[in-house]
Amino acid sequence: MEFGLSEEQQLLGDSVQRFLQDQMPLEQVRAFADGTDTTVARRGWHGLAELGISALLLPEPAGGLGLSALDAVVVAQAFGANVTPGPFLGTGAIGALVLGAALPADDPLLAELASGQLIIGAGLEQACGPRDGTSVQASGATLRGRSLHVLHPKAHQFIVATDRGELHLVAADAKGLELVIGTTIDRTRPTCELRFDDTPSRRLSDDPALLARALDLGRIMLAADTVGAATAMLDMAVAYAKEREQFNRPIATFQAVKHMCAEMAAALEPCRAMVWYAAHALDALPAEAHLTALHTKAHISEVGTRIAKTATEVHGGMGFTDLLGLHYWFKRIGFNRQTLGTPTLLRTEAARLQGLVAR
Amino acid sequence: MDLSYGPEYEAFRAEVQAFLKAHGDDAPRNPRMKAPEAIAWQQRLIEQGYAARTIPQQYGGFGAEPDILKSRIIAEEFARARVNAGLGGQGISMLVPTLLEMGTEAQREQFIRPTIEGRMIWCQGYSEPGAGSDLASLRTSAILDGDDWVINGQKIWTSTAREADWIFCLVRTEPDAPKHQGISFLLFEMDTPGIEVRPLVDMTGHANFNETFFTDVRVPKAQMVGTRGQGWQVANSILGNERESLGNPNATLARMHALMALMQQETVAGVPVSQDPVIVDRLMRLQGQIMAMGHNDLRVLSAKINGTNDALLARMIVKLEGTELRHELEGLAIDVMGALGIAYDDHPLLRDGGSWQSQYMYFLGLIIGGGTSQIQKNIISERGLGMPKEPKFPKGTLNASARGA
Repeated sequence: MEFGLSEEQQLLGDSVQRFLQDQMPLEQVRAFADGTDTTVARRGWHGLAELGISALLLPEPAGGLGLSALDAVVVAQAFGANVTPGPFLGTGAIGALVLGAALPADDPLLAELASGQLIIGAGLEQACGPRDGTSVQASGATLRGRSLHVLHPKAHQFIVATDRGELHLVAADAKGLELVIGTTIDRTRPTCELRFDDTPSRRLSDDPALLARALDLGRIMLAADTVGAATAMLDMAVAYAKEREQFNRPIATFQAVKHMCAEMAAALEPCRAMVWYAAHALDALPAEAHLTALHTKAHISEVGTRIAKTATEVHGGMGFTDLLGLHYWFKRIGFNRQTLGTPTLLRTEAARLQGLVAR
Repeated sequence: MDLSYGPEYEAFRAEVQAFLKAHGDDAPRNPRMKAPEAIAWQQRLIEQGYAARTIPQQYGGFGAEPDILKSRIIAEEFARARVNAGLGGQGISMLVPTLLEMGTEAQREQFIRPTIEGRMIWCQGYSEPGAGSDLASLRTSAILDGDDWVINGQKIWTSTAREADWIFCLVRTEPDAPKHQGISFLLFEMDTPGIEVRPLVDMTGHANFNETFFTDVRVPKAQMVGTRGQGWQVANSILGNERESLGNPNATLARMHALMALMQQETVAGVPVSQDPVIVDRLMRLQGQIMAMGHNDLRVLSAKINGTNDALLARMIVKLEGTELRHELEGLAIDVMGALGIAYDDHPLLRDGGSWQSQYMYFLGLIIGGGTSQIQKNIISERGLGMPKEPKFPKGTLNASARGA
């Protein structure tokens, strides 16, 4: 019996962490968020592709590495810890899962995805409580309607979920497709609205189970990202408290401050095991995978939000400024919370799954 | 990642299941302490290796090598079959491991066998009215007079003091030494002249604990575990054991299932509470937390089995998170019952024997006992996160204004 990360998984996490620290430090993230260097995310993704990240979840026959959801968790955690921009969620996770399952192994798109050349955007929000009256309908191989909060606006192709749970692939340059970027709180991860007007598409799947699995994978990745971001915020808060002096002593000696940090650690520590387990369940324990994914995303979002607030408070006024850049992590955790189902939506789904509350 | 226990362990599990199927019905239900049927069942379990499993045979145990997974399987299967898993109590869980670690051969010979067989009951004399979170400031004194220690002082929170034959007790033998180095660990009989036990009624309405008073209690010199002034060290190893057993996630999971059943039964204007989305959302929040603690427990188990030390923080947070979570779960059940939630004792509409109210209060006691939540947070921040201790005031330097007077 061994519950935890293997040596290979720890090495994978370390190598991604090193790459991000060297190649995509906070100054680069800032430049991307400010719009002064729009190439950061794309360049970073190509570098990560050389480490195999774009091929991680793609099956081996399709030219991928065929690794597990737990391996992807390790990677997502490093991205959260470093507030990394880039298309991992839509391309490396959801894209690899959906295209790997829906396309024949020799489809040229798969080789392009594995190499990091093909960026896939993901529009699955339609399956998580449609907002603003949106609807996406397929007839034959065309789409009509609108999809909100679509990940990776600069993608070459978009995976789009319809009202009925079908999955379609739409090229960014398809006729009848309008792409509208709306500014969001986390400027490291832009999203867009897609408007379809008899837009030609490629039907990937009519199987609601594939959509459900893509959603669960996406939710686990967002939870892992939040664990990484919250860990970084806690570490920064502890380090700051040891350095910052008031009343002639480091504020880390005040119990009021220590207890804030202890509460963060106590809430966060079980989240590590939880996200490992959720990833393992997705691959190996089908009977409990869905409920576990719902609770993992909901619970870790709640813990993340609390840590984002508390870690900022430990930094005092400095935490509120742009100088430290702490707000990038705060906003990252906020973005993760709202994406692919808020905690209340996920808990309602968890309740229904267990026969509680009326359908 | 490998969650299977493997064929050797599944065979062991089958063996435990077969025993429970054949003999489970012989187990006494809620027997009194020292009842003959309780002692007989305990002896049966020891012979089988399901109790006192790792205690050496020479002291009356089963004598198996420590094997965390086998112990876990035994606990899981007895819980699943709802069969009495044998005796617990502070003698078995705390004193016996301490004697194995620090006791003399004569002490092990004298005490371990009757304790694990349930023929000798112990209580613990640690806390005092003036020494709670700051346990090391305890003042119960022991002064050497000839070949005896003469003990004077008072202990509190001594559960089972009324039933106990013996007490293991922390006393101050070196009043001039620094506070942690002046304490010794003594064992003595509860019928020694000069001991008075008074039941301490708590908020549940029951006397789960006692106050114990010592007036010139004479204890033979040889009844010390460890050496003079070593008592703090001796006691600390067992306090760790106690902390880990509080806030057990598997017990909380069982309570959550009972709560779900309660929600199906209770109705508001004829509609089951399980259909109330607000209450259900509160339940789902707790289910998420319980799941996380269950996975945390798996991680801790795995680290113990594989001898790795990468789950230290995961272990450190169990008492704090586990007791708070359990208290909140019991409180949700009270809300589920609405106005009936305040029914207690012999109320005709009492649900589940009144266990939700009594556990709600009992777990508030456990949040405070065994190291308060605030002490846990100090431990987590200092040992887990490497934050500095709060500066200490030298003795006697706090003036009246600093005390808020």
